[in-house]
Amino acid sequence: MTPHTMSNTQAVTASKGAWANITADWSSDQRAFKNVPWGKAMMWVFLLSDTFIFSCFLISYMTVRVSTVVPWPNPSEVFALSFGGEPIPLILIAIMTFILITSSGTMVLAVNYGYRKDRAKTAILLLITAAFGATFVGMQAFEWTKLIVEEGVRPWGNPMGAAQFGSTFFMITGFHGFHVSVGVIFLVIVARKVWRGDFDNETRGFFTSRKGNYEIVETMGLYWHFVDLVWVFIFAFFYLW
Amino acid sequence: MAHVGDTQAGNIPLAEVPDVELYHPKSWITKYVFSQDAKVIAIQYSCTAIAIGLVGLVLSWLMRLQLGFPDTFSFIEASDYYQYVTMHGMIMVIYLLTALFLGGFGNYLIPLMVGARDMVFPYVNMLSYWVYLIAVIVLTASFFVPGGPTGAGWTLYPPQAILSGTPGQEWGIILMLVSLILFIIGFTMGGLNYVVTVLQARARGMTLMRLPLTIWGIFVATILALLAFPALFVACVMMLLDRVLGTSFFMPDIVEIGEQLAYTGGSPILFQHLFWFFGHPEVYIVALPAFGIVSDLISVHARKSIFGYRMMVWAIIAIGGLSFIVWAHHMYVSGMNPYFGFFFATTTLIIAVPTALKLYNWVLTLWKGNIHFTIPMLFCIAFIVTFLNGGITGLFLGNVAVDVPLSDTMFVVAHFHMVMGVAPIFVVFGAIYHWFPLMSGRMLNEGMGKFHFWVTFVGAYLIYFPMHYLGFVGVPRRYYEVGETSFIPDSAADLNAFITVMVLIVGFAQVVFIFNIIRSLIKGKLAERNPWNATTLEWQTAEFPPGHGNFGDLPVVYRWAYEFSLPGVKDDFIPQNLAPNLINMADDDDSVDEQVAE
Repeated sequence: MTPHTMSNTQAVTASKGAWANITADWSSDQRAFKNVPWGKAMMWVFLLSDTFIFSCFLISYMTVRVSTVVPWPNPSEVFALSFGGEPIPLILIAIMTFILITSSGTMVLAVNYGYRKDRAKTAILLLITAAFGATFVGMQAFEWTKLIVEEGVRPWGNPMGAAQFGSTFFMITGFHGFHVSVGVIFLVIVARKVWRGDFDNETRGFFTSRKGNYEIVETMGLYWHFVDLVWVFIFAFFYLW
Repeated sequence: MAHVGDTQAGNIPLAEVPDVELYHPKSWITKYVFSQDAKVIAIQYSCTAIAIGLVGLVLSWLMRLQLGFPDTFSFIEASDYYQYVTMHGMIMVIYLLTALFLGGFGNYLIPLMVGARDMVFPYVNMLSYWVYLIAVIVLTASFFVPGGPTGAGWTLYPPQAILSGTPGQEWGIILMLVSLILFIIGFTMGGLNYVVTVLQARARGMTLMRLPLTIWGIFVATILALLAFPALFVACVMMLLDRVLGTSFFMPDIVEIGEQLAYTGGSPILFQHLFWFFGHPEVYIVALPAFGIVSDLISVHARKSIFGYRMMVWAIIAIGGLSFIVWAHHMYVSGMNPYFGFFFATTTLIIAVPTALKLYNWVLTLWKGNIHFTIPMLFCIAFIVTFLNGGITGLFLGNVAVDVPLSDTMFVVAHFHMVMGVAPIFVVFGAIYHWFPLMSGRMLNEGMGKFHFWVTFVGAYLIYFPMHYLGFVGVPRRYYEVGETSFIPDSAADLNAFITVMVLIVGFAQVVFIFNIIRSLIKGKLAERNPWNATTLEWQTAEFPPGHGNFGDLPVVYRWAYEFSLPGVKDDFIPQNLAPNLINMADDDDSVDEQVAE
């Protein structure tokens, strides 16, 4: 069905300043966010909700950390790795953080090439992003293993200090790692669709039977950047505090 | 229909997005079971919610039997009673009211009222229902596991919620927490759809300030839910870890039956903060859709435009915002810095301002309106009165000094049942009587409806007014039996027995209501196209009841939803999508008030 032609539509062309434009958009019909596709809007709302989840996790962590009477283990010592007998504090986390932030860069490039409909480059960049994400999760698995096996940290207690150290650590990094893992899976799925040309041929989705398009790459990117951003907060509040 | 008005529609912008392609069901299963149509999903949500709500209703009967006639029903043990209290509360607040208002009415009405073909992501919407159904099944399963459902009270306060003195400590609490987590996941999938549909998928000409207040209420409530449920989600995850893995988020050093447990150094108050950061917005998640629906019903059935539409919208938004900064008024007796009590009492009382504004506007809408005492209207008036009653007792409980003696008495039970139990349920009933013709094409039986209304309305007051009094004399809530307590007069037992009899009578009226629905579905009077002469888009669909895709051509909206009894116009209402050149102007000698059927 095509929209009916109208004789007197007015395009808002004049630049009226940010507030005037926002007011105009919100008092208009059909869409509050002009030129924002549904999927992107929905991802933003989801991320807002997810922000509240991570905030609740982090605030709860801070609450138990300040309210416990047992000393909190020193993260610089707990998360140190020894190379040649010399312990380097937070080295693993630094590398993990670097990798995750790099993956945001490759994601941005993927979105860029996605909008140019450059099939091969988009798919490759998505796969590189997914590989960085998988590396991150792998290093997290290594970190967990080391803590559990060598340091004896358990969710219910640890030899270094407050029991909540292990509880909050496994819960929060686990929940974040779950987000990264889900992201990796969807990056691979989207990369496959890009590679096959599903978005060029408007192939219908297997579950939704909707025509796909390259907007999903940007939506995916929003999620991925969010997961990175959350990691920055976890890094700051858990490892640096 | 829409294209007729185009020449007249000087200020209606072009369609910004091409019309969506819908998923068309290919079989009976994809049409009625795994359906992606919001209307079918809405009915699935509603039926599931009402079914589990009936379980909650029966639990309340059992509780009242015990309270009214202690020592009579030997099959109700103390532990059973606590399980009834817990499951009744959780079922009614979350699995019935939240699911029914947002999953039920939200799914049905949002696409129809904003002029969309469906929700923006129908597949995700379908998943939302199925995850909700699993959550309900997990919840129901807890009745059949060893130890039964949890008896921790609907607030699930630690440390007692996961200690062995509490019934359902073995499996019940785990299933409850898992079920809540599933509910939140399922709800989020639906909630994202509702928000984005309202924001991004409205019809041409449908500005935010032309939305029916029903949509405003559901929309803001959904945003509240998306921001409040995370706190409950986190609380549930942490308590689940405490229970299953033995972490100590909420569990302090504690002795159980003379034995020091492994828990150490957790904060039970943290749970209360998380729970009520969800719990207070939850009140408005239930109340705001009710506010919205009642505004529309009053306007339609009093044939008068809603008074102060813009202020009604802003009041909904203000209440929604304020609801996030009042949560600790549930925790006055938990121990808090007195300055916090002062802060939260102040914010709590400020909520009374936008709420009172809404009440005035409803009354002013009725003022000199052409009030039709249809059953939806009766329920709306009942809502206004009941919400006022419940709201006023809320002012008592919002003040720290008054709350402390009243806390944990029957007064609290009476207050929140009036304000968030009975009042929203009245709106649910009103809305069902109003929209049943749209959903089924048949009218509900009026006689049975009147019976249902009067018994429920009068009965609710006979139940809850005495309960306030019981609270004043100090009858505690959540007690299996009061026994002989010196400060509680013997007559309290008589009052309790009276309340129980009333509960059973009101319960019978609900059975009549269910019977009415089933009977009317089969052989109710066929409904006219727009039986209440409403202006909103859901009555302007291509088929009646609305079919897949809702509309033929997508509607074009020329005005707000409250164009009633306009002077000089023949009909006493103008649908939102009626082109200006098609409005029937009255001849000079026609009476303005005269109603003309289509």
